[in-house]
Amino acid sequence: MKRWIRDGDLVIGRLDQQEAAVVRGLVSQIQDMLLARAEEAPQDELAELTGIRTGSSEAPDDPILGRLLPDFHRLDDDAPDPDEVNSAAALRSLHEPELLDHKTGAAEVVLRTCSPDGGEIRLSIGQAEAWLSSLNDVRLALGTALDVTEDMPDELPPEDPRSPHLGVYHWLTWVQDTLVEAMMP
Amino acid sequence: MTTPVEQERTQPEAVGEEIAAEDRPWQTVVWNDPVNLMSYVTYVFQKLFGFSRDKATKLMLDVHHKGKAIVTSGTKDKVEADVAKLHAAGLWATMQRAS
Repeated sequence: MKRWIRDGDLVIGRLDQQEAAVVRGLVSQIQDMLLARAEEAPQDELAELTGIRTGSSEAPDDPILGRLLPDFHRLDDDAPDPDEVNSAAALRSLHEPELLDHKTGAAEVVLRTCSPDGGEIRLSIGQAEAWLSSLNDVRLALGTALDVTEDMPDELPPEDPRSPHLGVYHWLTWVQDTLVEAMMP
Repeated sequence: MTTPVEQERTQPEAVGEEIAAEDRPWQTVVWNDPVNLMSYVTYVFQKLFGFSRDKATKLMLDVHHKGKAIVTSGTKDKVEADVAKLHAAGLWATMQRAS
């Protein structure tokens, strides 16, 4: 991977085959998790009639999904304000379907524009924005799974089971950072 | 250091007005997290809210150093929409009433 470059209305990058496999594999996994969550949304006839979709009102149990789909209020862990709990549930139910669409759609753009064989990637600005969003979701998911902290070292001791995955995380950080640089207005 | 948004928030107290809970504006809060890149957070603030690079960078640094920053404020509908946009970008954002 060389750093992304901006060429007029295009953003251009290049992944080798192995890098493309890593990106596609992780993006697909996140997309599957999000699609499974979308399928759990309550189905009701009223929603089908009105076209107004409602999502789940409960935050996901899974910490990765929880990070990708945050609450609208900061709820106190020990003594949450009941009004805020109700409001957070209502706002989640209202907004989550759209958020899931956005994230799975961004993942779809990555899967469509990143060839399994690797090679040059030529993106419109809109597609590059989808890549940014999707790469960020993947890093949020990995960061949550690896329990990343702000002062995370570049490498963990080899006996740490997280060690090989941390390299992927740091590489994705670099890929995202150079993409931000290429996109910065 | 304060932000322009925080100045607005304290203004009503300065003129000594009592503001009913229903009239208090809402605020969009962005919280620090260990994953989101400083460059990306700055980019998101510029893109979503049309902030200058300087203002976006200052708010990003507030999030980074103080743990959170109020990035926008206004009616409940506006702030709700802003939080939804920030969630789409992957930032950890919540909404609250101005205190």
